[in-house]
Amino acid sequence: VGQVVLPGDLLLLPAHYSEDAEGERLRLSTGAAPVGRLLCGPGLRRSGAGLLVTKCGLLRHRPAGPGAYWVDSQQKRYVPVKGDHVIGIVTAKAGDVFKLDVGGSELASLSYLAFEGATKRNRPNVQVGDLIYGQFLVANKDMEPEMVCIDSGGKSSGMGIIGQDGFLFKVSLGLIRKLLAPKCEIIQELSQLYPFELVLGMNGRIWVKAKTVQQTLIIVNILEACEYMTAEQRRQALAKLSGN
Amino acid sequence: PIPSSLSAGETSVLAGLYGPAEAKLSKELPDRAALEVLLRPKVGLPGVLERSREQQLRQTCEAVVLGVLHPRTAITLVLQVVSDAGSLLSCCLNAACMGLLDAGLPLSSLFCGVTCALGPDGTITLDPTARQEQEARAVLTFAIDSSERKVLMATTKGSCSVEEMQQCLVMAQRAADTIFQFYRDSLHRRYSKS
Repeated sequence: VGQVVLPGDLLLLPAHYSEDAEGERLRLSTGAAPVGRLLCGPGLRRSGAGLLVTKCGLLRHRPAGPGAYWVDSQQKRYVPVKGDHVIGIVTAKAGDVFKLDVGGSELASLSYLAFEGATKRNRPNVQVGDLIYGQFLVANKDMEPEMVCIDSGGKSSGMGIIGQDGFLFKVSLGLIRKLLAPKCEIIQELSQLYPFELVLGMNGRIWVKAKTVQQTLIIVNILEACEYMTAEQRRQALAKLSGN
Repeated sequence: PIPSSLSAGETSVLAGLYGPAEAKLSKELPDRAALEVLLRPKVGLPGVLERSREQQLRQTCEAVVLGVLHPRTAITLVLQVVSDAGSLLSCCLNAACMGLLDAGLPLSSLFCGVTCALGPDGTITLDPTARQEQEARAVLTFAIDSSERKVLMATTKGSCSVEEMQQCLVMAQRAADTIFQFYRDSLHRRYSKS
């Protein structure tokens, strides 16, 4: 756990430790065998005696609740997953359904009734080219993805059409996950610089709006550069900016 | 698009991977991803040789990429030859594998390419230069997979006996270990920075 794994590596499940003493297989955990169910997350597939790694990245483990293993990989291309909150761009209106581009292989569909307080008479005001923040209701490899802008209780909870102005740009998926982690340092440090509005989509898209265009562009540049800067370099860059 | 560049000695190939993206109706497959490889030579237009190399690379990649996870999509791999000083096909294979790794496509195992040249006196040279390739009696290229060192693809130019081919294969499998270790090291370096 915590090591870089490559596709083709086979990870042994605890029940099979004694059977296979040596070889290419890596052990999942050196401690006592965990009991109960194990969830197999992104980057891993069940295969016979163990889990086959399908993507390269760092192996992570969550011991709490149902224990889960997954591979933290860096990717730029998004694949729709059910329940993910994403930013989509409206590309077409086909009858009662909007077609959104979410950066995946297919256009996602969004019904006009899937907004809070929308009825057949009270349609939402959505034009081609608008930005929508919503979550996936249906997203698997066999069907066209469907999005909604309300949660299971019928409330919008922050989803819906994103307002005018602001700047939309694309980053890698790993950076989004880092920014979405609780108590993210980057967001806290940036908020001390200027006040701004930020929407993060799991498909790699970020929408930023600050008071002036210049402030917006500065925040965009810092977020894009955050991927490759260490924490120290980032603090230096922010100190220089707040000094100016 | 994710570019990655691989150079072995003087030979250098740039690989760019696009996908999984929307496929044209004529090309989409209902149960798996449609993989397409485009090989661009350094000078001139792609010819028949490039087309046959593209098909060989495509079949090797299809054996390794888990296309069933992305049905009705298209995955495009573009390889640009930057400089050619021998062992071009194995360099293309290695660049293709690194491109697939970089882009985060699901793979069942890794693969690497190794070229052997059989000299006129029977000596076997690994990763020959262009001159050694010309003087050799036969040039063999193998694509070897990482989980059990099995052969995914074998190409021969020239003539050789079955025993000589077996010897080349054994040497290539040993060389494959070095290449896989190189993949592992470069990925360690990449993930240690973030």
